[in-house]
Formats: sequence, C-alpha cells, structure tokens
Amino acid sequence: MAEPAKEIVVDPGLDETIKKLTSEKIEKTINKVLTKGAAARLKVYMQTCVHCGLCSEACHFYLSHDKDPRFSPVGKVKQTLWEIVKRKGRVDGEFIKNCSRIAHTECNVCRRCSMYCPFGIDMAYLLLLVRRICALLGVVPQYLQDTVNSHAVTMNQMWVKQDEWIDTLQWQEEDAQDEVKNARIPLDKEGAEIMYSVIGPEPKFLAQLLGNISMIMTVAGMDWTMPSFDGWDNSNMPMYSGDFENMARVERKHFEAAFKLKVKKIVMGECGHAFRGAVYDGPKWLAWKEPPVPLIHAVQFYYELIRDGKIKIARKFEQPVTIQEPCNIVRGRGLGDMLRYIMRAACEDFRDVYPRYEHNYCCAAGGGVINCGPPWKKSRVEGNRVKAEQLKATGAEIVVTPCHNCHSGIEDIINYHKLGMHVKFFSEILVDVMEIPDELKAE
Amino acid sequence: MAELESFDWETKEKLVADINEWRSKFPAIYEFVVSNDGEKISAPVRTEDDEFTACVNGETWENTFEKLWSLKFGYDDRLAGLSRKDDEWTVAVDDETWEESFEYAWNIQLSPDGKSIAVNIKGENGYGIALNGKTWENGFVEARDFAISPNGKFTAAGIQTKRLGEGDIFGFAEGIWTVAVNGKPWERNFLNVWSITFGSDSSTVAAEVRVGEYEYAIAVNGTPWNKVFKCVWEPIFYPQGNDVLAPVQVDEGWTMAKNGELIWDRKFVQTWHQKFSPDGQKIAAVVAPEFGKWTIAIDGSSWNRTFKDAVLPPVFSPDSKRVAAIIKENNRWTVAVDGAPWGEDFDMIWDPVFSPSSDRVAAKAEKEGKFCIVLDGKPGKQAFENLWNPVFSPDGAKLLIRSIEDGKYYRRVVPVEEVY
Ligand code: SF4
Ligand code: SF4
Ligand code: SF4
Repeated sequence: MAEPAKEIVVDPGLDETIKKLTSEKIEKTINKVLTKGAAARLKVYMQTCVHCGLCSEACHFYLSHDKDPRFSPVGKVKQTLWEIVKRKGRVDGEFIKNCSRIAHTECNVCRRCSMYCPFGIDMAYLLLLVRRICALLGVVPQYLQDTVNSHAVTMNQMWVKQDEWIDTLQWQEEDAQDEVKNARIPLDKEGAEIMYSVIGPEPKFLAQLLGNISMIMTVAGMDWTMPSFDGWDNSNMPMYSGDFENMARVERKHFEAAFKLKVKKIVMGECGHAFRGAVYDGPKWLAWKEPPVPLIHAVQFYYELIRDGKIKIARKFEQPVTIQEPCNIVRGRGLGDMLRYIMRAACEDFRDVYPRYEHNYCCAAGGGVINCGPPWKKSRVEGNRVKAEQLKATGAEIVVTPCHNCHSGIEDIINYHKLGMHVKFFSEILVDVMEIPDELKAE
Repeated sequence: MAELESFDWETKEKLVADINEWRSKFPAIYEFVVSNDGEKISAPVRTEDDEFTACVNGETWENTFEKLWSLKFGYDDRLAGLSRKDDEWTVAVDDETWEESFEYAWNIQLSPDGKSIAVNIKGENGYGIALNGKTWENGFVEARDFAISPNGKFTAAGIQTKRLGEGDIFGFAEGIWTVAVNGKPWERNFLNVWSITFGSDSSTVAAEVRVGEYEYAIAVNGTPWNKVFKCVWEPIFYPQGNDVLAPVQVDEGWTMAKNGELIWDRKFVQTWHQKFSPDGQKIAAVVAPEFGKWTIAIDGSSWNRTFKDAVLPPVFSPDSKRVAAIIKENNRWTVAVDGAPWGEDFDMIWDPVFSPSSDRVAAKAEKEGKFCIVLDGKPGKQAFENLWNPVFSPDGAKLLIRSIEDGKYYRRVVPVEEVY
C-alpha cells in the first residue's frame, strides 16, 4: 500500500526516549508483557481474524481518514502487536515509536470495534497491550507522561497542590452561598452518605463546577462530603499510558479515602474514563472484583435526583441541545437511557444523535488521546470528521458532554470543523433550570 | 492507659450539651467532634455576624475567625483547629492562636500523646511543616503530607527539591522528590516518595520510594533497600529497633518483606495494611489469597474464610492473641473476629475495639439511619441519632458511650451487660 505523506509530529516523549533503547531491552520487555498466556491468546486472534473488515467501519479514525486501512482497528493491531509477535520481539526504537503513535494517539480504546467483530476480537485490549510495552520502555507522548507524573506525585491529574485543592473548595463553597443559603462543601465529614469525587481539571480550570455541585447537593438535601486529602481525584491517566502500577496506586487512594470517610457510596462527577478506571481497570489490578465502595456516575446520580423529585425543574432549558455519549458510561455501562431521561427532563428541545447508545461514535479525545497534548491535536480532530457530521446533523446549538475528555474533545471538533455549537456539562444546565426553594434562596 | 484511668467511670449519665439550643443561637453549625473522655462536644459555628468560632459545650471561644474548620481533640483534650483571620491561616488551640500565621495551613495532626500539633504550611519561604507554632527553617517548592514522630518532637514530609518546567518529563525522570526530616532533605532524590513513617525511637524515618520508572523500594533514612520490587506499599517499623516491614510485589504476587528480604513464603494477589501485635511477635495484614477474595493473614497464613467486597485493616487484641477486622460482603458491613464474621450486618460499621482483657469486642454501627453499639456481634438496645466509638473502662466492666439523642449530647457509662 502506498503510504500517503504524513505530517511529522515532534514529540520528545517519543523522539528522545527511543534513543536510549537497545534491542535487548526491547526484546526483554516485550517478552515480559507477552507472557505465554498473552502470546497464545494473541496467536489465536491472529489465526481467527478473517480480515473481513467489519471492525473497520466501527472506527471513527478509519471513517474520517477516507477508509485508509492504516487507521482501521485491525490495521492498527497489524502494524503493531502482530508484527511484534511475528518478529518475536526483535524490533527497533523507530518501530516502538510508531507503536506509541498508533496505540497512544490514534486509538481511544473506546471498544466500538470489538462490538462489530464476529469473533469478538478485542482490539482495544490489544492496543492497551501495545501501550503497556511502550510505557515499560519509557516511550509515552510527553504530555500524557506529564499527567502520569502528576498522578504519581499528587494523586491528581493536574499537579494540583494540597493547599490549592482545599482553598478552591472553600471559595467555591462561599460562591455557592451567594445563590443558595447555607450551601456547603463539607470536608472530611466522616459517616456522610456520599463521597463526591472529581477530576483534576475541575479545581484547576473549571472551579465553578464545584460550586455547582455544592448548590445541587444542598438543594437536593444530600448528606455528602469531599476529602481534603489526596484521593479526591477519580481520574486516571496512568491507566492509559500503560503505567498500571501508578494506575493502581491512584485508584487505591480514591477508595481508601472513601473507607476513611466511612461513606456508603462514591458519586463521581461528569467523566467517562474516570468511571472506567474506578469501576473496572483499577479495582481489577488491585484484586477487587467490584469497586469496594459502590460508585455512581453523575449521569445516574442526576437521573435519580430528578426521578425521585429531589431536584425539581423550574423551567426547561430552551436552546436546542444534543448529547455526546461518553463510551465509558454508555457503551461501557449502559447509561444511555438515563442520560436521555435527564436531558428530556431539563431541556425543551432535545435532539437525539445517530448512531446512538452503544453504537455511538467516540469523541476521539478519550483513552488518553487528548492528554497527548497539542502536538497530536490536529490528528485527533481530523480523525473525527464523522463526529462533526453527526453533531451537525442534529441542528442543535449546545452539545451536552457528561465527560471531561469528551467536553474538551468535542469543543476542539466544533472549532476545527466550524460547527458553531457550544459544549456544556449537564450540571451547568441543571443549576440553571432547577428550582431553588424559597427557604434556600440566598438573600 | 493512664488517661483512661482518669476518666469519670462513676457518673452514669451526663447531659453535656443541648445542641437544640445551639441551633437557635447560630445560623450554621458544622461538623461535631467530642473529646476522648466524652466530657466535651464542639463544632465550628457561624455567628450572626457571619464569623466563625468554636462552640464547646455551649460556650463559644472569644476569638472569632473568617473561617474555622478541622477541629480535633487531642488525647489531653485540648481542642485544635485550622483558622483564618485577615486572610492568613494558622492553628487555634483552646481559643488561642499560634503567633505565626501562613498563606495556607492544612492537615492538622497531633502526636500520639496529644502534646504536639503540626500542620502542612505554605509561607513566605515556600512549603514546609510547622510544629507547635515553629516552622521548618527551609522552605521547599512543595511539601506534601507529613508524619509526626512518636515523641512529638520531629516531623518529616515528602518534598520537591527543584522547580520543574511545565511538561518537563526528563527533569522529572532525574528524580526531584525526597523526604525532609525537620526541614533537612535526605541526600538522595527519587522519582516519588510516599507514606512516610517514623520508627519508635523517633529518629529513623522510612518511606516508599520509586527508584526507577518501574522499580520500587523502601528507603530508610535516605538509603533504599538493596532490592527493588515491581511495587511496594506503606512501610511500618518493627516495634523495637530500626527494621522495616513492607508489602512488596514480586513476579508470583504480593508478600511481606523485612528490610528487603521476603519473610512470608506465601504470595497473595494483594497484601497491605500490615500491623504488629502489641507484644511485637505477630504480623497481621489484609490479603487477597485469590482475585476478589479478601481476608486477614497472620504471619503469612490466612483465615479460612474470605470475604467478597473488602476487608479493612486488622486490629489486634491487647493480649496479642486475637485479631478483628471490618469486612464487607454484598455491600453489607460487619466485623470478623479470628476469621468468624458476626451474624448480623450493617449499613456501616466502625473499627472494632477490644476490651482490656481481650475477651470482648465492641463497635459503633449504623442501620437505617440510626446508630448503635454492637457488642460481640449483637446490637445494643438503644438507637442513637449520632454516636462516637465506644471506650471500655480499664477493668473492662463498663463502656463509655458518647451519643446524641433528640438533639442532646450525652455522656454515659454503661455496665457492659446492660448494653443489650
Ligand atoms: S478508536 Fe475505538 S474503534 Fe477505533 S480502534 Fe480504537 S477502540 Fe477500536
Ligand atoms: S472484524 Fe474481527 S475478524 Fe474481521 S477484520 Fe476485524 S478483527 Fe478481523
Ligand atoms: S472521552 Fe468520552 S467519548 Fe471519548 S472515549 Fe472517553 S468516554 Fe468515550
């Protein structure tokens, strides 16, 4: 196949790190990851795949690149893992760099393709194996590695210092009190019903979301708390770089914060990958079959609040809105109906998308791809033309994205493809439309 | 147990404070704390003038603040909290504030004897620790968490030794983190340091360290073990001397290591939260013998029964012979003692407490929004609005019960047989 000219992306996380690799190190590392069991499973996959291409049609990268087979799921695995197996691990630094580009920046491990393979070949799992090999070799896109470093030091994604975290919660509590009387963000309240956890970008860039939740919780009369100590961030970039030791450390902190606070459940803010890390990948590495403290995504939480009448809608949001369905909570957890329930409850003019539910396209930001930073932005937004077309077709003005990665990713797509839309978190709409009882209205 | 002896074990019931009255006095009352002997209850309150102060047994401090939170009673029953005035933070202790104040102060901790109080601070010199009002001489780019020594005289924290440019993954890989003890950094830097702890002599410090991207060890006074592992968890010191014990991950799974040498034959899918028995002879830890099955292992051999959801850190009896731990199965909480779970389960349960003679176990538990004392697995007859952990009298015959009912805080001394 003739290689179309590709733009050269400069990323010291790949370019510089491969300089230190030796063929022995590469081979040893590959053999460590591809244990007998994993290698056997891979062989079976390689022999089973009939190259039918059904998975290709599932992948937004493939569809958006005019069906270039290099961007098909099976194409990505062929260029990486299958080649590694064929060559018995005898590959060089350039090859590993290419593996990282494909696995870290051109796949969102969104698992849409796995649904379409008649043999159930799990491409996302295979590409995560590639990431693991790259990570053990120290070859990870710079920006992604930086968030992993942040997680390792601070247990949060954004280098948020301990004082900055508490300070932010305290001023957001005060801000919320300007709207809702006695609004609180109760810190370290042992024995509360709910521990609310968020992701690093909230205190760093979107602090008003913390004020929003304070208003929502107060109006709904919830008994809740947030930890003032590490463990408050539920996000997990090491899960996506392939540094599973730090992934586990971060998840352990999160659940141990819940144990320490003696809460009955964790409610997490609007984030998809954080949900995956906390419900599936993290607990599994730590030997928990299920999250040791029940974990509820914001979409389900808002659904329950509205359904049970704990939050009443005073007047519906008027602008036409549509949704981005985060893979990790819709395909991964089946929250698609709850998401539509809250949208219809809060919005006058909800425009559904097609394809939808578990068949919806990924936003191309998830799986750590957006965290690979500016060098890879162009490839990411170009890699999701189909999403742009899908959103445009709804005619909506607002896209609700109950996931931080989707939020930033969709915003980039809107700008790049000039869709003239805006993104919002559901909580931003909710605080706008919910009824604040008179006795709770701030004077 | 000198302090226990000094508690009032005679007065059967004291109505210490009527919280309902507080509610009429203050626009807002925040989280309650009670003293160890149960004689005091306190909470940060917001006054009519929109200021914060502490209310103790109905009396407010004279000092008021822009903010007051994280109140804690020490073992000597002094009440300490974090306070902000004129945009500066400091520690308030029994209505007096430290002279020094800071841009920010957080994570208030008390030494085991309650005599020393320390906090993380951010000040003019950067980040550091303040102990009893005195700040480390050296400030750092960042200091996170800290440990306070058993004698209350020293503190140690994880510190960043150099500034790091945005996204500088290569600078980070060189190692810019270490431990500072009383403000003096260890000589060697690491990628990460976590879980700092002091030895019983108060002069030795251990921490988890990441020596390579995928190489973990325990460092003692700055020197890492000469073996590295796939991963490690929190170290603890042996009760005597400077030996250190930590869970480590090897190819076959997790196990326990002393100074880097494996001391348990068995490997587990997970091992953490190790504890020494009071006599220093036994080690208990939370383990997962198989994926999704949790229990306690004592000296490497696990209880027969395993539990599905989770097992929390083990608690030894005073005679070192028994072990109890909180367990969770099917999203219900209870306690298991020596491997046998209590028959009844709860919405939530707090750490089990052994009687001084080691024969009885009590815990605070919650069911349907009410709290009760559970004694040897049987819930007590009384349901409370709020409750604190029960305390056994030195002779084990009575329990100190600190509770709120109908908005009133009571301190009661109840003969053990009258709990049911
Ligand atoms: S981006 Fe999604 S659909 Fe495409 S290969 Fe990766 S997991 Fe499959
Ligand atoms: S759908 Fe399955 S069998 Fe078909 S090409 Fe993709 S991986 Fe191979
Ligand atoms: S960012 Fe959102 S849509 Fe994209 S993979 Fe994550 S959850 Fe899926």
